[in-house]
Amino acid sequence: MKVLTLNFLTCAVKSCKSSSDSFPLHPKDAELASDDVEVNPELLVNLLPRLDWKALKTTSTELGFPQLPDSPPTIDELQSDDKLLKDLHSLLMETNLMEGKLVCGVCGHEYAVREGIPNFLLPSHLV
Amino acid sequence: MMASTHTPSALPSDSATDDVAKLAAAAAAAQAAESAEAEAYEKTHVHGVYEAIAPHFSATRYKPWPAVASFLQSRPPGAVGLDVGCGNGKYLGLNPSVYMVGSDRSASLVALANSRGRQLQDQHVQGAKKRITQGELDATAGTGGESGGAAVATEVLVADGLSLPFRERAADFVICIAVIHHMSTRTRRQEAIRHLLRCVRTGEAGQPGGQILVYVWALEQGNSRRGWEEGGEQDLLVPWVLKSQQKQPKQPKQRKGQKGTQDQDTSGVAASNNSGEAPPPPPAAAAAAEATAGLTAATAKSDQGHTDPVFKRYYHLYRKGELEEDVLAAGGAVITSGYERDNWWVVAANEPLPSQST
Repeated sequence: MKVLTLNFLTCAVKSCKSSSDSFPLHPKDAELASDDVEVNPELLVNLLPRLDWKALKTTSTELGFPQLPDSPPTIDELQSDDKLLKDLHSLLMETNLMEGKLVCGVCGHEYAVREGIPNFLLPSHLV
Repeated sequence: MMASTHTPSALPSDSATDDVAKLAAAAAAAQAAESAEAEAYEKTHVHGVYEAIAPHFSATRYKPWPAVASFLQSRPPGAVGLDVGCGNGKYLGLNPSVYMVGSDRSASLVALANSRGRQLQDQHVQGAKKRITQGELDATAGTGGESGGAAVATEVLVADGLSLPFRERAADFVICIAVIHHMSTRTRRQEAIRHLLRCVRTGEAGQPGGQILVYVWALEQGNSRRGWEEGGEQDLLVPWVLKSQQKQPKQPKQRKGQKGTQDQDTSGVAASNNSGEAPPPPPAAAAAAEATAGLTAATAKSDQGHTDPVFKRYYHLYRKGELEEDVLAAGGAVITSGYERDNWWVVAANEPLPSQST
Protein backbone atom coordinates (compact mmCIF):
# COMPACT_ATOMS: atom_id res chain seq x y z
CA MET A 1 0.00 0.00 0.00
CA LYS A 2 1.53 3.24 -1.18
CA VAL A 3 1.70 6.31 1.06
CA LEU A 4 -0.38 8.06 -1.60
CA THR A 5 -3.23 5.63 -1.02
CA LEU A 6 -3.17 6.31 2.73
CA ASN A 7 -4.14 9.86 1.81
CA PHE A 8 -7.47 8.55 0.57
CA LEU A 9 -8.31 6.16 3.40
CA THR A 10 -10.32 6.73 6.52
CA CYS A 11 -12.05 4.61 9.16
CA ALA A 12 -14.72 2.23 7.83
CA VAL A 13 -16.93 2.72 10.88
CA LYS A 14 -19.96 4.84 9.99
CA SER A 15 -20.02 6.91 13.17
CA CYS A 16 -16.34 7.86 12.85
CA LYS A 17 -16.68 9.42 9.42
CA SER A 18 -18.20 12.67 10.66
CA SER A 19 -15.18 13.33 12.87
CA SER A 20 -12.06 14.86 11.34
CA ASP A 21 -9.96 12.72 13.71
CA SER A 22 -10.77 9.62 11.69
CA PHE A 23 -8.49 10.89 8.93
CA PRO A 24 -5.74 10.15 8.31
CA LEU A 25 -5.41 6.73 9.88
CA HIS A 26 -2.31 6.34 12.02
CA PRO A 27 0.27 3.71 11.07
CA LYS A 28 1.41 1.50 13.93
CA ASP A 29 4.25 -1.06 14.00
CA ALA A 30 4.81 -0.12 10.40
CA GLU A 31 7.21 -2.04 8.18
CA LEU A 32 8.00 -0.12 5.04
CA ALA A 33 9.43 -1.21 1.73
CA SER A 34 10.63 0.83 -1.17
CA ASP A 35 9.65 0.04 -4.74
CA ASP A 36 11.38 1.04 -7.91
CA VAL A 37 8.73 3.00 -9.79
CA GLU A 38 9.30 5.07 -12.89
CA VAL A 39 8.68 8.77 -12.29
CA ASN A 40 5.55 10.05 -13.95
CA PRO A 41 5.73 13.85 -13.63
CA GLU A 42 2.37 14.46 -15.28
CA LEU A 43 0.60 12.11 -12.90
CA LEU A 44 2.22 13.74 -9.87
CA VAL A 45 1.43 17.26 -10.99
CA ASN A 46 -2.18 16.33 -11.59
CA LEU A 47 -2.44 14.49 -8.29
CA LEU A 48 -1.15 17.44 -6.29
CA PRO A 49 -4.46 19.34 -5.99
CA ARG A 50 -6.22 16.09 -5.01
CA LEU A 51 -4.02 15.47 -1.99
CA ASP A 52 -4.95 16.39 1.54
CA TRP A 53 -1.58 17.95 2.27
CA LYS A 54 -2.09 18.30 6.01
CA ALA A 55 -2.89 14.60 6.28
CA LEU A 56 0.10 13.72 4.12
CA LYS A 57 2.31 15.76 6.42
CA THR A 58 0.98 13.86 9.43
CA THR A 59 1.46 10.48 7.77
CA SER A 60 4.94 11.33 6.61
CA THR A 61 5.99 12.43 10.09
CA GLU A 62 4.43 9.38 11.72
CA LEU A 63 6.34 7.12 9.35
CA GLY A 64 9.58 8.82 10.42
CA PHE A 65 10.32 10.88 7.34
CA PRO A 66 11.65 14.46 7.46
CA GLN A 67 9.00 17.11 8.07
CA LEU A 68 7.11 18.28 5.04
CA PRO A 69 6.46 22.03 4.70
CA ASP A 70 3.11 23.27 6.02
CA SER A 71 1.71 23.98 2.62
CA PRO A 72 2.01 22.04 -0.61
CA PRO A 73 4.30 23.20 -3.40
CA THR A 74 2.62 25.00 -6.26
CA ILE A 75 2.37 23.21 -9.58
CA ASP A 76 5.05 25.54 -10.97
CA GLU A 77 7.41 24.75 -8.10
CA LEU A 78 6.85 21.03 -8.61
CA GLN A 79 7.46 21.25 -12.33
CA SER A 80 10.60 23.32 -12.07
CA ASP A 81 12.26 21.59 -9.12
CA ASP A 82 13.53 18.17 -10.09
CA LYS A 83 14.60 17.22 -6.57
CA LEU A 84 11.25 18.18 -5.12
CA LEU A 85 9.50 16.09 -7.76
CA LYS A 86 11.73 13.09 -7.06
CA ASP A 87 11.31 13.38 -3.30
CA LEU A 88 7.55 13.58 -3.57
CA HIS A 89 7.53 10.69 -6.02
CA SER A 90 9.63 8.63 -3.66
CA LEU A 91 7.32 9.32 -0.70
CA LEU A 92 3.99 8.92 -2.49
CA MET A 93 4.65 6.30 -5.14
CA GLU A 94 7.64 4.28 -3.99
CA THR A 95 7.14 3.99 -0.24
CA ASN A 96 4.93 1.08 0.71
CA LEU A 97 3.40 0.10 4.00
CA MET A 98 3.85 -3.68 3.96
CA GLU A 99 3.07 -4.82 7.50
CA GLY A 100 1.55 -3.21 10.55
CA LYS A 101 -1.70 -1.57 11.50
CA LEU A 102 -3.75 1.47 10.62
CA VAL A 103 -5.41 2.97 13.66
CA CYS A 104 -8.49 5.20 13.75
CA GLY A 105 -8.06 8.31 15.88
CA VAL A 106 -11.72 8.20 16.94
CA CYS A 107 -12.72 4.61 17.73
CA GLY A 108 -9.19 3.26 18.09
CA HIS A 109 -9.92 0.30 15.86
CA GLU A 110 -6.78 -1.21 14.36
CA TYR A 111 -6.92 -2.38 10.77
CA ALA A 112 -4.30 -5.00 10.03
CA VAL A 113 -2.00 -4.61 7.03
CA ARG A 114 -0.42 -7.81 5.73
CA GLU A 115 1.76 -8.14 2.66
CA GLY A 116 0.82 -4.60 1.72
CA ILE A 117 -2.93 -5.23 1.88
CA PRO A 118 -5.05 -3.58 4.57
CA ASN A 119 -8.18 -5.33 5.74
CA PHE A 120 -11.13 -3.06 6.51
CA LEU A 121 -13.72 -5.72 7.26
CA LEU A 122 -15.31 -4.79 10.56
CA PRO A 123 -16.15 -7.03 13.49
CA SER A 124 -19.93 -7.25 13.82
CA HIS A 125 -20.14 -4.89 16.80
CA LEU A 126 -18.66 -2.05 14.73
CA VAL A 127 -20.83 -2.48 11.61
CA MET B 1 -38.92 -11.27 -4.10
CA MET B 2 -36.74 -11.71 -1.12
CA ALA B 3 -37.71 -8.48 0.57
CA SER B 4 -41.30 -9.59 0.86
CA THR B 5 -40.36 -12.89 2.38
CA HIS B 6 -38.08 -11.25 4.90
CA THR B 7 -40.38 -8.76 6.46
CA PRO B 8 -43.20 -10.86 7.86
CA SER B 9 -40.92 -13.34 9.54
CA ALA B 10 -38.83 -10.57 11.03
CA LEU B 11 -41.67 -8.56 12.51
CA PRO B 12 -42.47 -9.44 16.11
CA SER B 13 -45.99 -10.83 16.26
CA ASP B 14 -47.06 -8.81 19.29
CA SER B 15 -46.23 -5.44 17.77
CA ALA B 16 -49.87 -4.76 16.94
CA THR B 17 -50.29 -1.86 19.27
CA ASP B 18 -51.09 1.78 18.70
CA ASP B 19 -48.07 2.89 20.64
CA VAL B 20 -46.19 4.72 17.90
CA ALA B 21 -42.83 4.52 19.59
CA LYS B 22 -43.22 0.80 20.04
CA LEU B 23 -44.12 0.41 16.40
CA ALA B 24 -41.13 2.43 15.34
CA ALA B 25 -38.88 0.36 17.55
CA ALA B 26 -40.38 -2.81 16.13
CA ALA B 27 -39.85 -1.52 12.63
CA ALA B 28 -36.26 -0.66 13.43
CA ALA B 29 -35.72 -4.07 14.98
CA ALA B 30 -37.31 -5.71 11.96
CA GLN B 31 -35.06 -3.73 9.69
CA ALA B 32 -32.02 -4.66 11.71
CA ALA B 33 -33.07 -8.29 11.72
CA GLU B 34 -33.71 -8.17 8.01
CA SER B 35 -30.38 -6.56 7.39
CA ALA B 36 -28.61 -9.14 9.55
CA GLU B 37 -30.43 -11.91 7.71
CA ALA B 38 -29.55 -10.44 4.35
CA GLU B 39 -25.95 -10.17 5.48
CA ALA B 40 -25.84 -13.78 6.64
CA TYR B 41 -27.46 -14.83 3.40
CA GLU B 42 -24.90 -12.97 1.29
CA LYS B 43 -22.12 -14.40 3.41
CA THR B 44 -23.14 -17.87 2.33
CA HIS B 45 -24.37 -17.25 -1.18
CA VAL B 46 -21.92 -14.60 -2.32
CA HIS B 47 -18.83 -14.10 -0.14
CA GLY B 48 -18.25 -17.75 0.71
CA VAL B 49 -18.60 -18.70 -2.92
CA TYR B 50 -16.10 -16.12 -4.17
CA GLU B 51 -13.56 -17.17 -1.56
CA ALA B 52 -13.95 -20.77 -2.75
CA ILE B 53 -13.82 -20.12 -6.48
CA ALA B 54 -11.38 -17.17 -6.49
CA PRO B 55 -8.52 -18.63 -8.58
CA HIS B 56 -10.86 -20.26 -11.08
CA PHE B 57 -13.03 -17.18 -11.24
CA SER B 58 -10.01 -14.96 -11.71
CA ALA B 59 -8.66 -17.10 -14.53
CA THR B 60 -11.83 -16.44 -16.48
CA ARG B 61 -11.76 -12.70 -15.91
CA TYR B 62 -9.30 -10.84 -18.02
CA LYS B 63 -11.21 -9.15 -20.79
CA PRO B 64 -12.59 -5.71 -19.89
CA TRP B 65 -16.13 -4.72 -20.79
CA PRO B 66 -16.00 -2.15 -23.65
CA ALA B 67 -18.20 0.40 -21.85
CA VAL B 68 -16.00 0.17 -18.75
CA ALA B 69 -12.80 0.47 -20.76
CA SER B 70 -14.03 3.54 -22.59
CA PHE B 71 -15.19 5.14 -19.33
CA LEU B 72 -11.75 4.58 -17.80
CA GLN B 73 -9.86 5.72 -20.90
CA SER B 74 -11.79 8.97 -20.96
CA ARG B 75 -10.80 10.00 -17.39
CA PRO B 76 -8.36 12.94 -17.30
CA PRO B 77 -4.70 12.33 -16.36
CA GLY B 78 -4.08 12.34 -12.63
CA ALA B 79 -7.70 11.54 -11.81
CA VAL B 80 -8.12 9.45 -8.67
CA GLY B 81 -10.47 6.52 -9.06
CA LEU B 82 -11.85 3.68 -6.98
CA ASP B 83 -12.90 0.24 -8.13
CA VAL B 84 -15.38 -1.08 -5.56
CA GLY B 85 -15.61 -4.84 -5.97
CA CYS B 86 -12.42 -4.95 -8.03
CA GLY B 87 -12.20 -8.75 -8.08
CA ASN B 88 -8.88 -9.76 -9.61
CA GLY B 89 -8.15 -6.14 -10.45
CA LYS B 90 -8.49 -6.38 -14.20
CA TYR B 91 -9.54 -2.72 -14.46
CA LEU B 92 -6.77 -1.36 -12.24
CA GLY B 93 -4.04 -0.02 -14.44
CA LEU B 94 -6.13 -0.14 -17.58
CA ASN B 95 -5.54 3.59 -17.92
CA PRO B 96 -1.95 4.25 -16.81
CA SER B 97 -2.44 7.99 -16.46
CA VAL B 98 -4.96 7.72 -13.61
CA TYR B 99 -4.45 6.55 -10.05
CA MET B 100 -6.75 3.77 -8.93
CA VAL B 101 -7.43 1.99 -5.68
CA GLY B 102 -9.43 -1.23 -5.68
CA SER B 103 -11.43 -2.84 -2.91
CA ASP B 104 -13.17 -6.18 -2.67
CA ARG B 105 -14.99 -8.19 -0.04
CA SER B 106 -13.00 -11.30 -0.97
CA ALA B 107 -9.51 -11.42 0.54
CA SER B 108 -8.52 -14.16 -1.92
CA LEU B 109 -9.43 -12.05 -4.93
CA VAL B 110 -7.68 -9.01 -3.45
CA ALA B 111 -4.50 -11.05 -2.96
CA LEU B 112 -4.69 -12.14 -6.61
CA ALA B 113 -5.25 -8.55 -7.73
CA ASN B 114 -2.26 -7.41 -5.69
CA SER B 115 0.17 -9.94 -7.14
CA ARG B 116 -1.13 -9.18 -10.62
CA GLY B 117 -0.49 -5.48 -10.01
CA ARG B 118 3.00 -6.21 -8.71
CA GLN B 119 3.79 -8.17 -11.84
CA LEU B 120 2.64 -5.30 -14.03
CA GLN B 121 4.73 -2.87 -12.03
CA ASP B 122 7.85 -5.03 -12.22
CA GLN B 123 7.37 -5.61 -15.91
CA HIS B 124 7.03 -1.90 -16.41
CA VAL B 125 10.16 -1.04 -14.47
CA GLN B 126 12.17 -3.72 -16.24
CA GLY B 127 10.61 -2.66 -19.51
CA ALA B 128 11.59 0.93 -18.94
CA LYS B 129 15.11 -0.12 -18.08
CA LYS B 130 15.45 -2.28 -21.14
CA ARG B 131 13.70 0.33 -23.24
CA ILE B 132 11.52 -2.24 -24.83
CA THR B 133 9.06 -0.91 -27.32
CA GLN B 134 5.78 0.55 -26.21
CA GLY B 135 3.98 -2.05 -28.29
CA GLU B 136 5.49 -4.97 -26.41
CA LEU B 137 4.68 -3.36 -23.11
CA ASP B 138 1.10 -2.85 -24.12
CA ALA B 139 0.76 -6.46 -25.03
CA THR B 140 1.78 -7.55 -21.56
CA ALA B 141 0.07 -4.81 -19.63
CA GLY B 142 -3.11 -4.82 -21.66
CA THR B 143 -3.28 -1.05 -21.56
CA GLY B 144 -4.30 1.49 -24.11
CA GLY B 145 -0.79 2.73 -23.79
CA GLU B 146 -1.05 6.30 -25.00
CA SER B 147 0.77 7.37 -21.87
CA GLY B 148 4.24 6.25 -20.95
CA GLY B 149 3.52 6.29 -17.22
CA ALA B 150 3.55 3.21 -15.09
CA ALA B 151 0.12 1.75 -14.51
CA VAL B 152 -0.73 1.68 -10.83
CA ALA B 153 -2.49 -1.61 -10.17
CA THR B 154 -1.08 -2.64 -6.82
CA GLU B 155 -3.36 -0.59 -4.60
CA VAL B 156 -5.98 -2.94 -3.27
CA LEU B 157 -7.66 -3.55 0.04
CA VAL B 158 -10.28 -5.75 1.61
CA ALA B 159 -13.52 -3.94 2.46
CA ASP B 160 -17.27 -4.35 2.47
CA GLY B 161 -19.23 -2.25 -0.02
CA LEU B 162 -21.50 -1.04 2.77
CA SER B 163 -18.59 -0.06 5.05
CA LEU B 164 -16.09 1.54 2.72
CA PRO B 165 -12.90 3.10 4.13
CA PHE B 166 -12.51 5.84 1.54
CA ARG B 167 -12.18 9.51 2.41
CA GLU B 168 -15.51 11.02 1.44
CA ARG B 169 -15.91 13.28 -1.58
CA ALA B 170 -12.28 12.75 -2.55
CA ALA B 171 -12.38 10.54 -5.64
CA ASP B 172 -12.84 11.76 -9.19
CA PHE B 173 -14.63 8.60 -10.20
CA VAL B 174 -15.77 5.23 -8.93
CA ILE B 175 -16.49 2.10 -10.92
CA CYS B 176 -18.54 -0.74 -9.48
CA ILE B 177 -18.79 -3.58 -11.96
CA ALA B 178 -20.93 -6.66 -11.45
CA VAL B 179 -21.18 -6.17 -7.70
CA ILE B 180 -24.46 -4.59 -6.65
CA HIS B 181 -26.53 -7.42 -8.13
CA HIS B 182 -25.11 -9.61 -5.34
CA MET B 183 -26.91 -7.62 -2.64
CA SER B 184 -30.03 -9.46 -1.62
CA THR B 185 -32.46 -6.66 -0.78
CA ARG B 186 -33.35 -3.50 -2.64
CA THR B 187 -32.56 -1.40 0.42
CA ARG B 188 -29.04 -2.76 0.46
CA ARG B 189 -28.57 -2.25 -3.28
CA GLN B 190 -29.63 1.38 -3.00
CA GLU B 191 -27.47 1.82 0.09
CA ALA B 192 -24.50 0.46 -1.83
CA ILE B 193 -25.03 3.05 -4.56
CA ARG B 194 -25.33 5.77 -1.90
CA HIS B 195 -21.92 4.68 -0.58
CA LEU B 196 -20.38 4.98 -4.05
CA LEU B 197 -21.84 8.46 -4.50
CA ARG B 198 -20.39 9.50 -1.16
CA CYS B 199 -16.89 8.67 -2.40
CA VAL B 200 -16.87 11.09 -5.33
CA ARG B 201 -16.44 14.85 -5.34
CA THR B 202 -19.54 16.98 -5.51
CA GLY B 203 -19.82 19.45 -8.34
CA GLU B 204 -18.97 23.06 -7.76
CA ALA B 205 -19.61 26.19 -9.78
CA GLY B 206 -18.28 25.51 -13.25
CA GLN B 207 -16.70 22.23 -12.18
CA PRO B 208 -18.48 18.97 -12.74
CA GLY B 209 -18.50 16.55 -9.84
CA GLY B 210 -17.10 13.05 -9.78
CA GLN B 211 -18.89 10.25 -11.59
CA ILE B 212 -19.76 6.70 -10.74
CA LEU B 213 -20.15 3.88 -13.26
CA VAL B 214 -22.32 0.99 -12.11
CA TYR B 215 -22.75 -2.23 -14.07
CA VAL B 216 -25.23 -4.96 -13.18
CA TRP B 217 -26.58 -8.12 -14.73
CA ALA B 218 -29.79 -7.67 -16.70
CA LEU B 219 -32.97 -9.67 -16.49
CA GLU B 220 -33.46 -9.08 -20.19
CA GLN B 221 -30.99 -11.42 -21.81
CA GLY B 222 -32.98 -12.30 -24.88
CA ASN B 223 -29.93 -13.11 -26.96
CA SER B 224 -28.19 -15.27 -24.40
CA ARG B 225 -28.66 -18.98 -23.92
CA ARG B 226 -29.51 -18.43 -20.27
CA GLY B 227 -33.08 -17.83 -21.30
CA TRP B 228 -33.81 -15.03 -18.86
CA GLU B 229 -36.26 -12.47 -20.06
CA GLU B 230 -38.63 -9.71 -19.14
CA GLY B 231 -41.17 -10.76 -16.55
CA GLY B 232 -39.05 -13.61 -15.22
CA GLU B 233 -37.83 -14.26 -11.69
CA GLN B 234 -35.30 -11.60 -10.70
CA ASP B 235 -33.74 -13.23 -7.64
CA LEU B 236 -31.75 -16.30 -8.56
CA LEU B 237 -29.05 -18.65 -7.44
CA VAL B 238 -26.70 -19.07 -10.36
CA PRO B 239 -24.43 -22.11 -10.39
CA TRP B 240 -20.68 -21.88 -10.82
CA VAL B 241 -19.11 -25.18 -11.74
CA LEU B 242 -15.60 -25.46 -10.42
CA LYS B 243 -13.78 -27.56 -12.97
CA SER B 244 -11.13 -29.53 -11.20
CA GLN B 245 -7.70 -28.52 -12.35
CA GLN B 246 -5.80 -31.57 -11.17
CA LYS B 247 -4.82 -34.06 -13.81
CA GLN B 248 -7.53 -36.46 -14.63
CA PRO B 249 -6.87 -39.77 -16.34
CA LYS B 250 -9.54 -39.14 -18.90
CA GLN B 251 -11.30 -35.90 -19.48
CA PRO B 252 -14.91 -36.25 -18.50
CA LYS B 253 -16.98 -35.47 -21.54
CA GLN B 254 -17.42 -31.74 -21.99
CA ARG B 255 -20.89 -30.43 -22.44
CA LYS B 256 -21.94 -29.99 -25.96
CA GLY B 257 -20.15 -27.26 -27.79
CA GLN B 258 -19.40 -25.10 -24.78
CA LYS B 259 -16.39 -22.98 -25.41
CA GLY B 260 -14.45 -21.54 -22.55
CA THR B 261 -15.59 -17.98 -22.35
CA GLN B 262 -13.67 -15.01 -21.19
CA ASP B 263 -16.00 -12.70 -19.55
CA GLN B 264 -18.59 -12.23 -16.96
CA ASP B 265 -20.35 -15.16 -15.54
CA THR B 266 -20.67 -17.16 -18.65
CA SER B 267 -18.42 -20.01 -17.75
CA GLY B 268 -20.26 -20.93 -14.59
CA VAL B 269 -23.65 -20.72 -16.14
CA ALA B 270 -22.63 -22.23 -19.41
CA ALA B 271 -21.31 -25.25 -17.62
CA SER B 272 -24.68 -25.92 -16.13
CA ASN B 273 -27.70 -26.98 -18.06
CA ASN B 274 -30.24 -25.14 -16.02
CA SER B 275 -30.37 -21.41 -16.14
CA GLY B 276 -30.51 -20.63 -12.47
CA GLU B 277 -33.12 -21.32 -9.89
CA ALA B 278 -35.13 -19.36 -7.42
CA PRO B 279 -33.38 -18.86 -4.09
CA PRO B 280 -34.41 -20.88 -1.07
CA PRO B 281 -36.92 -19.59 1.45
CA PRO B 282 -35.88 -16.76 3.80
CA PRO B 283 -32.28 -17.13 4.83
CA ALA B 284 -32.73 -17.93 8.48
CA ALA B 285 -29.55 -18.54 10.39
CA ALA B 286 -30.20 -22.27 10.43
CA ALA B 287 -30.64 -22.37 6.69
CA ALA B 288 -27.45 -20.39 6.24
CA ALA B 289 -25.52 -22.76 8.47
CA GLU B 290 -26.89 -25.69 6.54
CA ALA B 291 -25.92 -24.12 3.25
CA THR B 292 -22.40 -23.48 4.54
CA ALA B 293 -22.12 -27.12 5.47
CA GLY B 294 -23.30 -28.04 2.00
CA LEU B 295 -20.68 -25.79 0.51
CA THR B 296 -17.92 -27.48 2.45
CA ALA B 297 -19.13 -30.91 1.43
CA ALA B 298 -19.10 -29.90 -2.20
CA THR B 299 -15.51 -28.74 -1.89
CA ALA B 300 -14.46 -31.92 -0.17
CA LYS B 301 -15.81 -33.93 -3.07
CA SER B 302 -13.56 -32.12 -5.50
CA ASP B 303 -10.52 -33.16 -3.52
CA GLN B 304 -11.22 -36.72 -4.52
CA GLY B 305 -11.44 -35.54 -8.10
CA HIS B 306 -14.70 -37.32 -8.85
CA THR B 307 -17.19 -34.56 -9.38
CA ASP B 308 -16.88 -30.92 -10.25
CA PRO B 309 -18.28 -29.04 -7.29
CA VAL B 310 -21.03 -26.56 -7.97
CA PHE B 311 -21.27 -23.29 -6.08
CA LYS B 312 -24.35 -21.18 -6.24
CA ARG B 313 -24.13 -17.44 -6.15
CA TYR B 314 -27.05 -15.17 -5.42
CA TYR B 315 -27.96 -12.63 -8.10
CA HIS B 316 -30.59 -9.97 -8.41
CA LEU B 317 -31.22 -9.51 -12.12
CA TYR B 318 -32.06 -5.91 -12.90
CA ARG B 319 -35.03 -5.17 -15.11
CA LYS B 320 -35.02 -2.25 -17.53
CA GLY B 321 -35.11 1.09 -15.69
CA GLU B 322 -34.54 -0.38 -12.24
CA LEU B 323 -30.89 0.67 -12.00
CA GLU B 324 -31.80 4.28 -12.75
CA GLU B 325 -34.55 4.10 -10.10
CA ASP B 326 -32.03 2.86 -7.56
CA VAL B 327 -29.60 5.67 -8.43
CA LEU B 328 -32.35 8.26 -7.89
CA ALA B 329 -33.39 6.63 -4.62
CA ALA B 330 -29.75 6.85 -3.52
CA GLY B 331 -29.74 10.61 -4.14
CA GLY B 332 -27.85 10.45 -7.41
CA ALA B 333 -28.49 11.98 -10.81
CA VAL B 334 -28.28 9.82 -13.92
CA ILE B 335 -25.95 11.20 -16.59
CA THR B 336 -26.12 8.38 -19.12
CA SER B 337 -27.21 4.79 -19.03
CA GLY B 338 -27.39 1.86 -21.36
CA TYR B 339 -27.32 -1.84 -22.06
CA GLU B 340 -24.30 -3.83 -23.04
CA ARG B 341 -24.29 -7.58 -23.59
CA ASP B 342 -26.68 -8.79 -20.89
CA ASN B 343 -25.90 -5.94 -18.51
CA TRP B 344 -27.44 -2.61 -17.58
CA TRP B 345 -25.04 0.22 -16.81
CA VAL B 346 -25.37 3.76 -15.57
CA VAL B 347 -23.06 6.76 -15.20
CA ALA B 348 -24.25 8.98 -12.37
CA ALA B 349 -23.15 11.85 -10.15
CA ASN B 350 -24.30 13.53 -6.99
CA GLU B 351 -27.12 16.02 -7.21
CA PRO B 352 -27.08 18.69 -8.48
CA LEU B 353 -26.06 17.67 -11.95
CA PRO B 354 -22.71 18.97 -13.11
CA SER B 355 -23.17 21.92 -15.43
CA GLN B 356 -21.84 20.04 -18.43
CA SER B 357 -22.63 16.38 -18.61
CA THR B 358 -20.30 14.03 -20.34
